[in-house]
Amino acid sequence: MNVDRFTRPTRLMAVAAVVLATTVSPTAAPELPNDAASVRHTLSRLTFGARPGDVARVQRIGLERWINDQLTPGVADNADLRARLAAFETLTLDSSQIARDYVIPAREARRAQQRASSANASTNGTTQVDPSSGAPAQGDASPQMPRRPNGAAMGQRLIIEELASSKLLRAVYSDRQLEEVLVDFWFNHFNVFAGKGREPQFITSYERDTIRPHVMGHFRELLGATAQSPAMLFYLDNWLSTSADATRVLAQRAARRPPGAGAPNGPRAAGLNENYGRELLELHTLGVDGGYTQQDVVEVARAFTGWTIDPRTQSFRFAPALHDNGAKVVLGQKIAADGGIRDGERVLDILASHPATAQHIALKLARRFVSDTPPPALVARAAKRFHDTDGDLREVVRTIVTSPEFFAADTTRTKVKTPLEFVASAVRALDANVRNVRPLLRALQELGMPSYLCQPPTGYADTAEAWVSSGALVSRMNLALELASPGGRAIAAPGLRGDLVAVRTQLVADALGETIARDTLATIEKATTTQQMVALVLGSPEFQRR
Amino acid sequence: MVTRRLFVKSSAMAMLSMGFAPAFLTRTAEAAGKGRRLLIAIFQRGAADGLNIVVPHGDADYYRLRPSIAIPRPNSADLAAIDLDGQFGLHPRLAPLKPFWDNKSLAVVHACGSPDATRSHFDAQDYMESATPGVKSTSDGWLNRYLAVTDLAHNPLRGVALARQMPRSLQGPAPALAIGSVGGFAVRGGAAQSFEAAYVRAADSVLAQSSAEAFDAMRTLQRATANRPATETRVDYPRSPFGQALQEIASIAKADVGLEVAFAESTNWDHHVNEGGSAGQLALRVDDLAQGIAALAADLGDRLADTVILTMSEFGRRAAQNGNGGTDHGHGNAMFLIGGPVRGGRVYGRWPGLAPESLYDGRDLAVTTDFRDVFADVVTGHLGADRAVLARIFPGYTPSKGLGLVG
Repeated sequence: MNVDRFTRPTRLMAVAAVVLATTVSPTAAPELPNDAASVRHTLSRLTFGARPGDVARVQRIGLERWINDQLTPGVADNADLRARLAAFETLTLDSSQIARDYVIPAREARRAQQRASSANASTNGTTQVDPSSGAPAQGDASPQMPRRPNGAAMGQRLIIEELASSKLLRAVYSDRQLEEVLVDFWFNHFNVFAGKGREPQFITSYERDTIRPHVMGHFRELLGATAQSPAMLFYLDNWLSTSADATRVLAQRAARRPPGAGAPNGPRAAGLNENYGRELLELHTLGVDGGYTQQDVVEVARAFTGWTIDPRTQSFRFAPALHDNGAKVVLGQKIAADGGIRDGERVLDILASHPATAQHIALKLARRFVSDTPPPALVARAAKRFHDTDGDLREVVRTIVTSPEFFAADTTRTKVKTPLEFVASAVRALDANVRNVRPLLRALQELGMPSYLCQPPTGYADTAEAWVSSGALVSRMNLALELASPGGRAIAAPGLRGDLVAVRTQLVADALGETIARDTLATIEKATTTQQMVALVLGSPEFQRR
Repeated sequence: MVTRRLFVKSSAMAMLSMGFAPAFLTRTAEAAGKGRRLLIAIFQRGAADGLNIVVPHGDADYYRLRPSIAIPRPNSADLAAIDLDGQFGLHPRLAPLKPFWDNKSLAVVHACGSPDATRSHFDAQDYMESATPGVKSTSDGWLNRYLAVTDLAHNPLRGVALARQMPRSLQGPAPALAIGSVGGFAVRGGAAQSFEAAYVRAADSVLAQSSAEAFDAMRTLQRATANRPATETRVDYPRSPFGQALQEIASIAKADVGLEVAFAESTNWDHHVNEGGSAGQLALRVDDLAQGIAALAADLGDRLADTVILTMSEFGRRAAQNGNGGTDHGHGNAMFLIGGPVRGGRVYGRWPGLAPESLYDGRDLAVTTDFRDVFADVVTGHLGADRAVLARIFPGYTPSKGLGLVG
């Protein structure tokens, strides 16, 4: 099945010829290569790593059809994954349910514990705390009794733990691999941080309802969904941003709030918050060199005043009384006065159709799929496709992953795997059953990439320098050793007890490829046990790349 | 059987004979001969209440604003502020640090902080660690930029964080290590040699370089710590993660492996409810901080003469206590500098006062010293960087001519 090993130049010329042809007839589908090396390369970029036998399987289907299937993810049935996710209790809840059952009880328990722990230093301690759990005892008069009596404080952590677990399981087991790659990409592009206050209550819905449905859709819709998501409104503080003269409105509201009411559920002080406006321009759309000014940031922020979170439903609400209804000028375009909620929508229209946005998104996608420094010609073609299709993200991705640049010989293994890609690809390479996902989540944390806990709005970096450090490499080697141990807690893989030569041959064929360095191969061949050999493969320089 | 020592020795010899002397080992040898200056940065995450840590007991407004959580005036109670200069006093649980004030190796910078108004923990920590307040797009941290602009050889042991993840302060292009402990920084299962064989000549220059640094650093640390008599550490550190991190830092510092910048975190300073005063929640955190730093100083011994311990926290807390006996997020804060090079026995910075008209936004201690001026003083006055490189370490900012905190 590896007969195509030496056919690269020929294949490349064929692709180039096809591309030339398509410029004449843009509707003709490019004819893609189907040799083992090209398939392995494509699997390493469009999935979280090849499983044993994947290369041959895709070759049988034909690479072109396989890519098309991945771009049309509805066709995969995903029964195995659905079974694995069925046990999680929070993944299907909406934000207000999560707030009521998990976040608020956790906060109450935390406060009760704080009061109790300092009761000896203060006479204010009023809540009895069950010493075994730290949660308020059953006699507590608090109206918000924790749903789980054994530690409400755990509730909030459970939300993120279930999300992080499901993310890893999806990466390993989903049949819609490209969709998972893109959900990871777009969540990271529109990053929010679970460590900020009550952000956790919004993230389940954010990934499920805001990001996932749009990853193969149109950019404008994805952008609009994030702009109105409580997760983004809270994370970048826009929910607190008001027109400068909203002071009177806020004072009236404060007067209506019952004394002793809990956490504030909206802005308390009037004033513009530029946080979202700035990141919207710099990170979400135009890019840092996208040609906007500080005045544009202010004008954009003004357009989004009053875009806030409804305290009752925990969903988006436009508050006209908090909105700055004056005229605005954004990137040279006038927005007339009294536009209300339409101001923000108009700004999103301007940004989504701006050439700098097309360029920025094309560059980031090409960086994800091709190389840290993708060829400018490819980025330009992808940006043009973005423009021509009104930001159809499926078509932009298709342009990139069917391009001659994508299949060029010097693209192989140019990308360093992120920790998530490393962990997921290791589990997939062994075709392992994840017995306990926690050690894998801990590994992600140790490698510096805990899911949903990337603090800055930039998201995790997608370039080699962020993930290659001496400490991180040592951690990867140790994780390789741990995963290869047949008695390990995290995974069970039949191959770990299999025949040394057979397992080695298969790992080289699917996970590494024949072009691995002689030194690596020599090291691997010196291993005297299957366990040793697997550890050396997963910890090898070649396996750190895709 | 080949012992680890023999392996280390022979592989080092082999590398030398091949002209592969690890560059930083020679640099380390040079550095050991010179000043061996060390900065130990401690980040108090959660916004420590500087007003109850370095108490402005001479300011009557302090007692008006904090009726139930203020630290009593010196000598007015069993647990009262420890007077420093008639105006300021230390929280009583900082008693272990008072001797450093007395021998003039402890300084305070009060009403210090960021020009950015954010009261978000995550933004403010980000701004302090990147040292670019208001600029989110900065990709590296100030300590890494210091290492990068003064980098003569790639020694990952110049900058070490005792933390699971590389803290923002040390992220960036210069090599640096983030490790949980010296003991844990090793390839398990005796597989180091096999991995090294696969990496050492890898065509992949990025991975080859980093792995070479890792294996070198590992060997250096193991050799250095193995050579030390086990009975050496007699100092009692707090058994907290913070205490343990400081102990690891001291052991790396004493191992003479070229450590120049170390980083540790002290967590849980965010007390919105029942903060307490001389006793209570804050007092417990202050106790851990003081005991840890005192143990570190004792453990460093002579090395304290070349060491500055610098504390920081993202912002201070509101001047007035809130309705729950706690404090909400504020602005200005206090920083400590401790060590031989510190011009101590002084509280630096202009005190803006806590009168209503002096408060920032009508509620918080105002900032009269930019935290970057303190950082810049340490970088130039202590670590010996030229003022000319400050523009690269603190982009977009021109630090003051110098506060004279160290040197």
